[in-house]
Amino acid sequence: MFEHILSALLALTANKIRAGLTMLGVVIGVLAVTLLVSVGDGARAYLDQTLSSLGTNLLTVQPGKRETRGGFGPHGSTTTRPLTMDDVRAIERQATLLRGVSPVVTGGGTVRFENRQRDTLVFGVGASFPELRNMDVDVGTFVREEDVSARRRVAVVGRTVARELFGTENPLGKPIRVADGRFRVVGILEAKGTSLGFDLDDLVFIPATTAMDLFGQDQLAQIVTAARSKTEVAAAVEELREVLMRRRNGEETFTIQSQDDLIGVFGSLTDAMTAALLAIASVSLLVGGIGIMNIMLVSVRERTREIGVRRALGATRQDILLQFLIEALVLATLGGLLGLALGGGVVALVNAVAPDIPLLLSPWIAAIAFGASFVVGIVSGVVPARRAALLNPVEALRYE
Amino acid sequence: MSAALDLSLAPPLVQVDGLERRFRVGEEDVTVLRGVTFHIARGEYVALTGPSGSGKSTLMYQLGCLDTPSAGSVRLAGYDISTLGDAELAALRNRFIGFVFQSFNLLPRTSAVDNVAMPLRYAGVGLRERRQRARLALDRVSLSHRADYSPERLSGGERQRIAIARAIVTNPELLLCDEPTGNLDQKVGREIIDLFEALNRDLGVTLVIVTHDPAVARRTRRVIRIVDGQVERDGPPTEEL
Repeated sequence: MFEHILSALLALTANKIRAGLTMLGVVIGVLAVTLLVSVGDGARAYLDQTLSSLGTNLLTVQPGKRETRGGFGPHGSTTTRPLTMDDVRAIERQATLLRGVSPVVTGGGTVRFENRQRDTLVFGVGASFPELRNMDVDVGTFVREEDVSARRRVAVVGRTVARELFGTENPLGKPIRVADGRFRVVGILEAKGTSLGFDLDDLVFIPATTAMDLFGQDQLAQIVTAARSKTEVAAAVEELREVLMRRRNGEETFTIQSQDDLIGVFGSLTDAMTAALLAIASVSLLVGGIGIMNIMLVSVRERTREIGVRRALGATRQDILLQFLIEALVLATLGGLLGLALGGGVVALVNAVAPDIPLLLSPWIAAIAFGASFVVGIVSGVVPARRAALLNPVEALRYE
Repeated sequence: MSAALDLSLAPPLVQVDGLERRFRVGEEDVTVLRGVTFHIARGEYVALTGPSGSGKSTLMYQLGCLDTPSAGSVRLAGYDISTLGDAELAALRNRFIGFVFQSFNLLPRTSAVDNVAMPLRYAGVGLRERRQRARLALDRVSLSHRADYSPERLSGGERQRIAIARAIVTNPELLLCDEPTGNLDQKVGREIIDLFEALNRDLGVTLVIVTHDPAVARRTRRVIRIVDGQVERDGPPTEEL
């Protein structure tokens, strides 16, 4: 086998330019596969990372029953039964598989300090919200349990809001107005940066009860909780459902969504994208394969006399078949390796120069790209090799 | 007396009996060889002659196990070639026959020693031993000093001697030479025939030279002349040849 490869290499070096150009087709094909799949994989890794930075094993309860799982954003609600603070308390008392529950009330409004103001998102939440959503308070405290029950007018601001309103001043204890209500700043959150194009620091948190008063709402937008561990997610969902249904005469007028559902939705999106990119890249690999087949056919024709001589000197049909098949394979896999190296280089370069573009070269891409070039080599080599092997030795010897 | 040494008990190296070879050309069958019968014993020195289109090339391919009879039989060392498959015929060619062609047919851009070693690869001999034996064969044709030259850098006579080294590297019993002096000038051609005769004399290899050069045919000990696909004459060379 090693000798076959060696003599294939020798035969290829006999016509370096042609071998190089032929290989180029596969190089470009594998390069395309590597890069495009890297884009897909990078996007998936980026989304996974982003979503898990929002908290682990998260469960959210939203009002209204949806038939299909997955998806996000507002949806057609069929219920008249809202989520309330009583639901939150019932979950706190009865559920055993959860670690913390927080109501969520959403609103928007203008936040003012002295003559400065900023339009931002305002969330009414409970004390366990930061733990659930992987946030930390940098200075001061978060909204506490007694702030919620006493409907206190305290606010915790994100980094962006703090910077915009207070500049270099210390915001702690300062009075601010949130949607025309008077609040006192009790804490500043640690910076979280942007995620999916959304500034996670451009937020204000206040107690959920206060928020309901402030925005004139009698229901919660959602309830956020989390399973204690990854293995208990399903059981926790079931328990949560039972608690809420018991309070609703057995009717399921709400939707529980786990983080896995969300990751699943994004996952299927990136999977589809990766598949589409792979399909496009495969076309260029196919073209590369056709190039190899073409050149191998020419080569068989040119070397007809050589084939005849080899047969006369004792080569079997199978020897000839292997000779040409391995030549095609060597061409294709060399091209594959080159394309892979080039792709790896480009990915490394992009990662170094523009770390914002998520590109990820995983071992499985390398394996697939190499495997694909191997398959291309076999497929494009079989026809010419068979033609060479089936040549009549007498005619091959007489071929001019 | 040992029976194993009694070569008269062994079958003749080449036995051609009632050989017929037809080709299909368009709509009709063309018979190129008919009723060809002769035997060649080990160590003979034979010329195969005849005008162009007489069928002597077709006959040579039969003797070389590159083609099989339409009727009749060709036996090489007792093997009926009609009964053998591709791999067996290839092995037979590899072990019993050495080919020498008019146009040398050496692999370009390949050193002399590797050209000579090539048939050994199909005999399953390892690379190291192949090179060794190839150098011995080159020595035999007095070209050891050209072992690392590729054919492009060698003269016609040198090329043909490398081709002869390639033909004898497997220690075949039969050398089949197709117009071996056809591309050489007279002097070099004579030297090539001298070399063949030396191999015949020293190694006992059987020589069959296909030629239409009377000077070459006259030096052999037996001339088989093919005309119109039949043996016209089979005997020692005469003056009018």
